[in-house]
Amino acid sequence: MVNIEINGIPIKAEDGAMVIEAADAAGVTIPRFCYHKKLSIAANCRMCLVEVEKVGKPLPACATPVTDGMKVFTRSPKAISAQKGVMEFLLINHPLDCPICDQGGECDLQEIAVGFGSGVSTYTEGKRVVPDKDLGPLISTDMTRCIHCTRCVRFGQEVAGIMELGATGRGEHMRIGTYVAKTVDSELSGNVIDLCPVGALTSKPFRFTARPWELTKFNSVSPHDCVGSNLHLDVLNNKVMRALPRENEAVNETWIADRDRYSYLGLDHEERLTSPMIKQDGQWHEVDWDTALTHAATKLRDIGQKDGGGQIGAVGSYTSTTEEHYLLQRVMRGMASDNVDHRLRQQDFRGQDSTALYPNLGQSIVDLENLDAALLIGSNIQKDQPLIGNRLRKAAIKGGKLMFVNPKDYSFRMPVANQLVAEPTNMIAALAGIAKALLDITGEKPPEGLTDLAPTVSDAQQAIAKQLHESGKASVLIGNQVAYHPAQTELCSLAALIARLSGACFGSLAEGGNSAGAWLAGAVPHRGAAGETITSAGMDWKAQLDAKLKAYVLMGVEPERDSLSGADSISSLQAADTVIAMTAYVTDCMRDYADVLLPIALFPETSGTYVNIEGRWQSFTGCVKPMGDARPAWKILRVMGNLLNIDGFDYMSSEEVRDELKAACEGKPVSNDFPWTRPDVSAGKGATMSDLEAFPIYAVDPMVRRSTALQQTADGVATAKAN
Amino acid sequence: MKSMLRIFNSLFLWELLKGLKLTGRYLFKRKFTVQYPEEKAPMSPRFRGLHALRRYPNGEERCIACKLCEAVCPALAITIDSEEREDGTRRTTQYDIDLSKCIFCGLCEESCPVDSIVETRIYEYHAEERGDLLYTKEQLLAIGDKHEKQIAEDRAQQAPYR
Repeated sequence: MVNIEINGIPIKAEDGAMVIEAADAAGVTIPRFCYHKKLSIAANCRMCLVEVEKVGKPLPACATPVTDGMKVFTRSPKAISAQKGVMEFLLINHPLDCPICDQGGECDLQEIAVGFGSGVSTYTEGKRVVPDKDLGPLISTDMTRCIHCTRCVRFGQEVAGIMELGATGRGEHMRIGTYVAKTVDSELSGNVIDLCPVGALTSKPFRFTARPWELTKFNSVSPHDCVGSNLHLDVLNNKVMRALPRENEAVNETWIADRDRYSYLGLDHEERLTSPMIKQDGQWHEVDWDTALTHAATKLRDIGQKDGGGQIGAVGSYTSTTEEHYLLQRVMRGMASDNVDHRLRQQDFRGQDSTALYPNLGQSIVDLENLDAALLIGSNIQKDQPLIGNRLRKAAIKGGKLMFVNPKDYSFRMPVANQLVAEPTNMIAALAGIAKALLDITGEKPPEGLTDLAPTVSDAQQAIAKQLHESGKASVLIGNQVAYHPAQTELCSLAALIARLSGACFGSLAEGGNSAGAWLAGAVPHRGAAGETITSAGMDWKAQLDAKLKAYVLMGVEPERDSLSGADSISSLQAADTVIAMTAYVTDCMRDYADVLLPIALFPETSGTYVNIEGRWQSFTGCVKPMGDARPAWKILRVMGNLLNIDGFDYMSSEEVRDELKAACEGKPVSNDFPWTRPDVSAGKGATMSDLEAFPIYAVDPMVRRSTALQQTADGVATAKAN
Repeated sequence: MKSMLRIFNSLFLWELLKGLKLTGRYLFKRKFTVQYPEEKAPMSPRFRGLHALRRYPNGEERCIACKLCEAVCPALAITIDSEEREDGTRRTTQYDIDLSKCIFCGLCEESCPVDSIVETRIYEYHAEERGDLLYTKEQLLAIGDKHEKQIAEDRAQQAPYR
């Protein structure tokens, strides 16, 4: 620590900190454009000039390290005149189009010009004009407004890992653009909008639709991946206008993925279901809630009484809140049915009893930054969980070794030490090889059944094993594709074995946004809420479909597109007597198999809780009214519980539901081990690439699939083409 | 002596005559009563009457949907909705002024960066139903089109003081 003085106030600052950091910590405002705490220091805007005692000229606070006894003056006449001068230079070429600029009202340049600039300019010559670039469907540009702070350029290089934007030319002729006319395609690209201190880069879907001062900010949490990114949803007239990141160092830092930023566009899609409907004699009728719910409850009760609760199956979605999952499983278990699941994309349920209390990372998300080595299995991490990818990228840049066992040679925008490509059917063998190499290193006896897999050790496997074993902080993480794999059990138990042998932390990157919440809530057939053991497990989703049950309850899912069994699920649903679909969107396919349609609210319209992959419970409130007559699913389930005469359905708020579940989860051990199970040699034979890649980045849930802007991106178009 | 004077004053209605003298003076003075509606009072170019939306000489509407007038309006009388028009410019889709809320303070005109929303000299307008006092963008543009000459003259005259 060093002692410095800012404006006469003595302050303690970290060694090697820059003056601007010390000032920020002390609450002294220094104007800045190019400096951003998450980016490297460029010191090219010169706005943060301050006077330092015994230094002749003003110094940039962002690039001046503190020294003991330093005396800094941020508002001395010398500093003020320097700041005013810089401001005047910055405004020379900046157009006076604040009234039509989307940044107007939340613009750093505007604010700082008021605080640190002068009212008149001596510049009378013409201003330069720069043609706009086409950066794709997410970002709109007004390059004349650019003040060349290069935050967006540095973001691309340092955070997104792809040099999509760059600066060409110097001085007056400097331009920011894509070097060759290309769109910006990284999955974090939207963050440059927040970084841009002026209105040069703005959100395209939001363009010209609202002013920042009209918007009401609500706190929310993103359900699209297991990170649980914190969001601000900006609302105007009961409509979500945009989504912005809410800073949370422990979860999403200051970033969010494009998927979190633009999914709100799916909210008012034309396929939204706005009123409850029931099918009678093949005809759909709009009815009121009373009629619809009574109809649904009667049908379920009849089937329950006639054929037993076991003839009713239910499935919740990966994006349903924890409360919804909890109530769904309570309703189902209240009807004596354990057939409740949320794992639409799993094929292999043999290992479900070995799974931890909930799929979890085994460490905090922040810990990922400091890993010395990580082995990811079946993960296109930067597309599947962009922000986890970002954390791992930081580790890799610090020298951590990232290794992959993937079915395909994915290109990552970070240093990858080793990517072992194995056909989907060979992934078990690839892992077994690594396990064998580790056994050779440790000299342990191979566990039962490992030799059945006849592992051979290639150089790459040897290298991965050695690296994992030798690294101090290592982690073995299983990705989405393992969850979709027909030999998930084998892959998980091999991964856990590798982790144990190498002393690494074993963790899972859950395939859904709220998988952890669903497991904790008991939306799995073999465990109740908070992991409570159940004597005879119910049917998992795949078994439910294969068994062709009499009734199905769907919550927030479109099985035809959300589940791996896709088309196969339709026939089972069509054959069922009753399909009660609680859904936000309705498609022709759904109209065909469903008998009751109950419109539910999407995440910005309901209160609830998501549990992220590190087990963090994040509650949020609704920020807009549900569209039309839609209702939050937890309210629908609560009434269903009452209509079915199940005890204890007197919840007045979703918080009550959450507190009840949270109390039950209190103190439950989250063992992160996956005990060794004897591998089945024939498992995984049916693995196909199309299964493992069935849910690319912009097809993960109904809301994302209906976000028009996301579907127009390169990734979205590629998905559309593939289908 | 004082009481004598008082008796004299009241007996001969001196104060009445004093009053009648003033009345008489005004009786023969030049009249300033305006025979409204046949005659109209003179009006300042700064008069703040009914609102209008203006256009540029090429017919393009001036309003760029910056919403400053909406933000500054102390009576919350203005409602604006905006979008990107096909040619990429920022335009309003809705521009309503609720005249039953408006207090004619003129802040909207003052805040307008493009001199689009103005308050004209028109003060004779009426409505038979309350809803008629909600002026829409089309109506406001029509008022602007009709009175553009006067509006432009007034702005030109006031330009040195703005």
